[in-house]
Amino acid sequence: MKTVTRESRRDFLKIASTTAGGLFIGFNWFSCDSPKVEVLSTEEVLAQAKPFNAYLSISPTGDVVIYSPNPELGQNIKTSFPMVVAEELDADWEKVRVIQANLDTEKYDRQLTGGSGAMPHSWERLRKAGATAKYVLVAAAAKMWNVPAEEITVENGIISHKGSGKSGHFGEFVAEAAQMEAPEEVQLKDKKDFKIIGTPVKNVDADEIYTGKPLFGLDFYREGMMHAMVQRAPFGMKIKSIDDGAARAVSGITDVVQFGNSVAVVGNSTWPLMKAKKLLKIEYEAESTVESSADHDRIFQELMANGKSDVRRQDGDIKSAFQNAAKVVTAEYQCPFLAHSPMEPENFFAHVKGDRCELIGPTQTPDRARQTAASILGIPAENVTVEITRLGGGFGRRLRADYVDEAVHISKAINAPVKVTWSREDELTGGAYRPAVRYRFEAALDANGTMIGYKLRGVGMNAGNTTREHNFPSGAVDNLLIETVNYESSITTNAWRAPITNFLAYAEQSFLDEVALEAGKDPVAFRLELLDRAKNNPVGQLGYDVDRMIGVVKTAAEKGNWGKNPDVKQGFSVYFSHRSYVAQVANIEMQGGTPVLKKITAVTDCGMVVNPTGANHQVRGGIVDGMGHAMYTNLTFENGLPKQRNYDSYRLIRLKEVPEIDTHFIDSGYDPTGLGEPALPPTGGAIANAIFAATGRRLRSQPFIEQKEFSDIKLEIRRS
Amino acid sequence: MASFNLKVNGKSFQVEVEDDTPLLWVLRDHLGLVGTKFSCGIAQCGACTVHINGNPTFSCVTPVSSVGNSEVTTIEGLSENGDHPVQQAWKEVDVAQCGYCQGGQIMQAAAFLEQNPNPSMEEIDNAMNRNICRCGTYHKIREAVALAAKNK
Repeated sequence: MKTVTRESRRDFLKIASTTAGGLFIGFNWFSCDSPKVEVLSTEEVLAQAKPFNAYLSISPTGDVVIYSPNPELGQNIKTSFPMVVAEELDADWEKVRVIQANLDTEKYDRQLTGGSGAMPHSWERLRKAGATAKYVLVAAAAKMWNVPAEEITVENGIISHKGSGKSGHFGEFVAEAAQMEAPEEVQLKDKKDFKIIGTPVKNVDADEIYTGKPLFGLDFYREGMMHAMVQRAPFGMKIKSIDDGAARAVSGITDVVQFGNSVAVVGNSTWPLMKAKKLLKIEYEAESTVESSADHDRIFQELMANGKSDVRRQDGDIKSAFQNAAKVVTAEYQCPFLAHSPMEPENFFAHVKGDRCELIGPTQTPDRARQTAASILGIPAENVTVEITRLGGGFGRRLRADYVDEAVHISKAINAPVKVTWSREDELTGGAYRPAVRYRFEAALDANGTMIGYKLRGVGMNAGNTTREHNFPSGAVDNLLIETVNYESSITTNAWRAPITNFLAYAEQSFLDEVALEAGKDPVAFRLELLDRAKNNPVGQLGYDVDRMIGVVKTAAEKGNWGKNPDVKQGFSVYFSHRSYVAQVANIEMQGGTPVLKKITAVTDCGMVVNPTGANHQVRGGIVDGMGHAMYTNLTFENGLPKQRNYDSYRLIRLKEVPEIDTHFIDSGYDPTGLGEPALPPTGGAIANAIFAATGRRLRSQPFIEQKEFSDIKLEIRRS
Repeated sequence: MASFNLKVNGKSFQVEVEDDTPLLWVLRDHLGLVGTKFSCGIAQCGACTVHINGNPTFSCVTPVSSVGNSEVTTIEGLSENGDHPVQQAWKEVDVAQCGYCQGGQIMQAAAFLEQNPNPSMEEIDNAMNRNICRCGTYHKIREAVALAAKNK
């Protein structure tokens, strides 16, 4: 079925008839015998290219330039966005150049990376960008050849008319097409005709990445630029006094700047800053609560018992359900604070020039960077430009603009361009963590082992709503109560890859395993029984598509050979988040009394897969991320500061610690949904459940390796 | 401040820095070779891996004063046209997600394969366990090292 869509004014600027171009005598790709052709630089292509819309310019040489507006942090959007545009354009991918667009709120909508939302948000507008350009190129060819447009075909960047035998590459029609109006409506391709979407197109930045070219914010350099590092206050504290004498005496230090509760050392290069920062003598005093992990333990216990809750959802009569229950299952789960720890530490370049400001660096939210600078400087947002570099990971940390804030303050104070660089210690102590949370689950079972009541009470440290009240198993249980309690901690928190669900899914999927066991049911059969109820006789609102969830559960059971081999101990988990569905099976084999985690099978329904390579990357990466943090990573506090300050104590998963990961995708016929996050949430539960199946030890706290239940089971991770 | 003559990627450079300046920051801030990455600064993650006389070395904890006449190779100098077998394998396997750690991973793998041209998967795992990838591209790193060994 073909889709007809309407134009959106916001994204589709009219073709500018005034742009330069057409005079350049470019290389003619089709009149030369030699395949050894002149390769134009992207700048040379752009100098003669005509813009067709916000996403697309085409040069008379036939080269296609596609702008990718959303920040690239490893989710592969800089490759997958242009694939969608090129698909509808019927471009030759070999002739496509991709450019990271700078922040432009006039041209682009939702120019940010977060919530696994870029592809679902932009899918249709990217397709329209390609399709409208193709439409006018075809119209130009029809006019120039004096043939009906309907008889013209386009393939691989070549426009052809069979009847007259005429054909030419895109570039030959660019000048004529530029005189034409973009259509109000445009036909999109039938998905079965896709040639680029669904193929494993390689990373468009591969050459630069593998040869060490400057790509990332930390690599940015400009003549005359100063460097700065910042000492921030412990959480809940403020500066009482500063002695910067020793810091200023370090060779290469030019300035020490204070703003708020931060002190910046400024110099000509990075190393002297690291030395000088250690020599700052800053005395702090309490400003609000100065917390340690022991305080958090106490606060969690108090609030779990007595804290005033926000009731998120209530179905049926929870009280009688528990009174009439044949069996009640109760368990508490907990997860610690975590830092994001992207490999590229936070950094940003700022140059304040009077009432203007130039920003360059890695950000998931370029518009927030711009607004931050405008607010500090008291200037209009349009006086601030933001150039987006490639991001060396983000995981939610770069949704914040605190490091942009610092760069702007320092540039203003020293009246010079400056790049702020955070050390790893800064990154781990600098806040905006994944919040710490605890959950108490209670399930009421009747004599048949049917779950007739379900209670979830979450307590979080600056977590907001710690639940997802309309997610499974809501809708499948008659009597249900979901409530959350928030504690306002002085320790700052922020979205962290798959916010809330990154720990909620582990806790819930592990608890459901406990309930299945108590009900005497197979964990997969128990989930399917609940889903069947939600499908046929749902209770209240459903925040998920039951059929799609059943689809991944059944397929994961099949692909993961669930319950087929008694020597393989398995854990199951399924979760819906960010519009996608992922089910996982973790396999542990006992080898000479030692449990060996060997394999995780993952089945994903994220709608249509745009790029199988990228999709595999996101699923495997999400699983490695979810597994690493569930198993190994902890962030604990003493007097307002984390105790773990670098990778020697803040343990990240390494290569030898990953099992085989077998990925499968369900083609459900839906448009693509998010994939940067959804594979992470189910992983902790799948592993915890497999460990229970293999050892009888239930791991209700992360990280697993620090739990006493884990200490003597000697889990190994091997692929063979 | 002292003056140091360094041999980097086959060329000679002179820099004026303090003795304790890590090679990492000399490369990045003074020579403009930013392919060598800063991440932990304490020899834990491998993003800063370079070759010193062919040996994989964490440049973040290598004081410039200790380098002497040694030959330093960075990711920029691994091959003239980006076509070292390890770089080619990384492209073929399409290893990177964010890409930040991959220069260090490639340098680690290239030095390893120089010393052990026909490694077992277990030997690959042991060698590459020194480098962290926060995106979790470990499966592909493993595959790419094995491919590079095969193609060499």
